[in-house]
Amino acid sequence: MSLMNLTATGLGEKIKNKEISAPEAVQAALDAIEAKEAEVNSFVTIDREGAVKRANEVQKLIDEGKLAGPVAGVPVAIKDNMCTEGLLTTCSSKILGNYVPSYTAEAVLNLERAGAVIIGKTNMDEFAMGSTTETSAYGVTKNPWNTGHVPGGSSGGSCAAVAACECPYALGSDTGGSIRQPSSFCGVTGIKPTYGTVSRYGLIAYGSSLDQIGPVAKDVTDCATVLEIIASYDKKDSTSVQRDSYDFTSALVDNVKGMKIGIPSDYFGEGLDSEVKEAVLNAAKELEKKGAIIEEFNLSLVDYAIPAYYIIACAEASSNLARFDGVKYGFRTEDYNGLHNMYKKTRSEGFGAEVKRRIMLGSFVLSSGYYDAYYIKALKTKALIKKAFDNAFSKYDVILGPAAPSTAPALGQSLSDPLKMYLGDIYTISANLAGLPGITVPCGMDSKNLPIGLQILGNCFEEKNIIRAAYSFEQTREYKYSPLA
Amino acid sequence: MANMISDETIEYVGILAKLELDSEEKEQAKKDMGRMLDYIDQLNELDTEGVEPMSHIFPVNNVFREDEVCNGDGREITLANAPERKDDCFVVPKTIV
Repeated sequence: MSLMNLTATGLGEKIKNKEISAPEAVQAALDAIEAKEAEVNSFVTIDREGAVKRANEVQKLIDEGKLAGPVAGVPVAIKDNMCTEGLLTTCSSKILGNYVPSYTAEAVLNLERAGAVIIGKTNMDEFAMGSTTETSAYGVTKNPWNTGHVPGGSSGGSCAAVAACECPYALGSDTGGSIRQPSSFCGVTGIKPTYGTVSRYGLIAYGSSLDQIGPVAKDVTDCATVLEIIASYDKKDSTSVQRDSYDFTSALVDNVKGMKIGIPSDYFGEGLDSEVKEAVLNAAKELEKKGAIIEEFNLSLVDYAIPAYYIIACAEASSNLARFDGVKYGFRTEDYNGLHNMYKKTRSEGFGAEVKRRIMLGSFVLSSGYYDAYYIKALKTKALIKKAFDNAFSKYDVILGPAAPSTAPALGQSLSDPLKMYLGDIYTISANLAGLPGITVPCGMDSKNLPIGLQILGNCFEEKNIIRAAYSFEQTREYKYSPLA
Repeated sequence: MANMISDETIEYVGILAKLELDSEEKEQAKKDMGRMLDYIDQLNELDTEGVEPMSHIFPVNNVFREDEVCNGDGREITLANAPERKDDCFVVPKTIV
């Protein structure tokens, strides 16, 4: 068994106890990547040399007693939309194909301060726009459970890398479900924290009011531990929130006695795969057996979350992606005639189809004459959705449901019908609009032997509730390794 | 399809988005956008009269600080990413003809 089959904290413990060295751990990751990348393609960039060098430095600090954290010396993969100084950061786009950042994202810096060793940058949907990791300019990532299927997206590379045991944990980002949905499809665990908990400084922006960075790992313990490390108040992110507490690991308790769990009946209606439904409801029963109080309720407004999301996310994207103009960094077209033609040709050649589609829609809904009808309407809808969750959390500690309507679709099935793909975000998207924390944990397998994920949502700043519920559920089943693990 | 996107609209959106689409891409964009707007239009079922638009979940305030330089000289590392540079400047096509 490879060291990569351990959890991040399990491996960290062995490094701390001097059973394994940090360079040995990194070598195990590089060997695993070497053996599996041809089949999975989780990575855009593998930093072999940098990782080995860094592992030696970290080992020295451990030996000197200067580093003793839970993931010191443990290899990690970073989604390729987080800036890493001196290491190629492409956002899986041609337009950033040669971009080497001059600084490191705050969340990644926090990890490095804790002794993490970055082994590479993971594949994603271009600019995080997609649900399958098929819109990457650097090839499709495959699902380690069945390489004929997608890993989900947009953090598909991070989730596939963890499921294939190429590395013990990874960072992803979640704008509309991009951590929770691929975690579900790949049978791993992922957390999207409350908006403002993890600094967005150095995260290449898609929808700034929705984006959050979070951990992906094999279990809830790893995710809570990593979240505790990456979360911080950051002056450099104007939407960073100074929280009362950054403690998440004390919620790793197998006890849900008296916990009130709401099950939104509108998450279990038409469109939900029957095997997914059964697995998720069985998970609720497990928690009920442990003493949780389960109650069905009507969340309302569920159907309006997707249209509101796509207006807001595309509007913000059209503004955020205006910076890619071929002047200061990235790709520039070869032949052009004057400045504006250079901008237009650079962007048209540098962006893929899905990114262009969203920039166009975003530009349209913000244009004069349509701004009130679309953009303002969406912001009002968001206010109503937030209120619906406020009502729900006045009655329940957490909300439990599926992460996605189905298990991972086969490769090549999704992109031909964008609207249909967008509908797959129905259970994850509202959490981003309302800023809520959410976690996905594996809860079963379907008849195609593909993983099913359980999603637990909490009120803003109540990560501890979702961590406790997820941890308690996790104790009822064994972690299932993918065939590529 | 209820939302028919005209050639003029696509042309205009292309200018706003700074994208150059060939005729095939334009036709596809018209279709995609029309279909998306048809779907989005279901928001009209929702009564939002008197609802305050919510751009941020948490209150966002202006934060003032002294304008002090706190980073070092990042000139070389910044310019290293330039598609084209000359000395300490980014090179762009001629803007005044």
